[in-house]
Amino acid sequence: EMEDKVISPEKVEEAKLKARYPHLGQKPGGSDFLRKRLQKGQKYFDSGDYNMAKAKMKNKQLPTAAPDKTEVTGDHIPTPQDLPQRKPSLVASKLAG
Amino acid sequence: ADIISTVEFNHSGELLATGDKGGRVVIFQQEQENKTQSHSRGEYNVYSTFQSHEPEFDYLKSLEIEEKINKIRWLPQKNAAQFLLSTNDKTIKLWKISERDKRPEGYNLKEEDGRYRDPTTVTTLRVPVFRPMDLMVEASPRRIFANAHTYHINSISINSDYETYLSADDLRINLWHLEITDRSFNIVDIKPANMEELTEVITAAEFHPNSCNTFVYSSSKGTIRLCDMRASALCDRHSKLFEEPEDPSNRSFFSEIISSISDVKFSHSGRYMMTRDYLSVKIWDLNMENRPVETYQVHEYLRSKLCSLYENDCIFDKFECCWNGSDSIVMTGSYNNFFRMFDRNSKRDVTLEASRENNKPRTVLKPRKVCASGKRKKDEISVDSLDFNKKILHTAWHPKENIIAVATTNNLYIFQDKMN
Repeated sequence: EMEDKVISPEKVEEAKLKARYPHLGQKPGGSDFLRKRLQKGQKYFDSGDYNMAKAKMKNKQLPTAAPDKTEVTGDHIPTPQDLPQRKPSLVASKLAG
Repeated sequence: ADIISTVEFNHSGELLATGDKGGRVVIFQQEQENKTQSHSRGEYNVYSTFQSHEPEFDYLKSLEIEEKINKIRWLPQKNAAQFLLSTNDKTIKLWKISERDKRPEGYNLKEEDGRYRDPTTVTTLRVPVFRPMDLMVEASPRRIFANAHTYHINSISINSDYETYLSADDLRINLWHLEITDRSFNIVDIKPANMEELTEVITAAEFHPNSCNTFVYSSSKGTIRLCDMRASALCDRHSKLFEEPEDPSNRSFFSEIISSISDVKFSHSGRYMMTRDYLSVKIWDLNMENRPVETYQVHEYLRSKLCSLYENDCIFDKFECCWNGSDSIVMTGSYNNFFRMFDRNSKRDVTLEASRENNKPRTVLKPRKVCASGKRKKDEISVDSLDFNKKILHTAWHPKENIIAVATTNNLYIFQDKMN
């Protein structure tokens, strides 16, 4: 007798995902999603950081650094514009191992 | 900032409220029916706009509290003014919306601009008279219900006693009295002692439309619990648990995610409730816990796209659903600005599109069809050309008429059925 093995589309998709991200699902997946969900919202260092970010959004015209000063060296005090962008999220991506 | 985040008709259907990501509420009012124009119902025009919530900063957690309006619920009208509850992630507000169409004029002691007159010039007594003025609609916050939720509020629901309401976040449900802002009672708490043991969260909650002691809440695991507040003060033990058994051989990585219920709504009759999970709409008879009585597939063709929908986060989209006034039709949104309606009696369903490009005003909407695979017929749209950024998460149905409100990302569409 023939066994008709039809793989459900969901399982096909699951296999695809596992192929791309082999470490996925090794921790209890449920808790990860849920904790990320509970943690929703952008984290800031403190209220000063938050207010600066809000001000930046409202006033997009900040004074730009002089064109020749593109490199931050030890010779001068860097301005906020010269520093690397603060990483926006402390919560790891759900796809990271 | 103009992304619509909630849509709700009031109890008469005359008013339609929308909330947006920027914390604003816009209320539309239906025009009075024109007796001579019996072939169309009144149009909805802007009635009032106000800023309900502002962004805040949670100092203890260093997290921003978004001003986005998650839900709006109307109170039934008791007097000339209208009242609604609006909520963001943390704070619920009771707003009073009142009309002013008369103004007192002819003050004895004051000039028209408010300056006081020289008392020695006042020789007669004059009583101010109310004269008509241009209609002014004022919104004022009457109550602010704050500091009761550690997690993010997903639902508010007004009790049929019209005195109390519930607010639900990911792990807890609180009961409030509309008059009292400094106290609320916790009625459900599913927070585990050890957060590492967290397995499910509350996704939606609603009071029963007629029984003031009954409410339901849905979970991220696809279950619905019905609770009776007469049983105990803390309703951690459910009275009924609604869950459809799952075939274990079909279980995949995605099973739990797509079973998460994004919305739960009682029928107007109170006999049934509807739940929305990622791919389907289910109707449950409150008397039968072990399976739904009806299941409608919203976009089954997405089952073979779950991998990419997981990668682009669309699998976590929270679609809402709604009943028509007579509980005979249910409606929910989908992608590509499509929305779906299911007729429970005829078992017919239709897919329609809310877009200005594809529909001229005052023309009948053309049904759409998605082609899952294989040969695409003319006028069909293939799954791969669906725009997953165009999602319809929020829809509402007028409580009495066949008028629906459908929110795309930035626009609100109001459709009505063709009247002969």
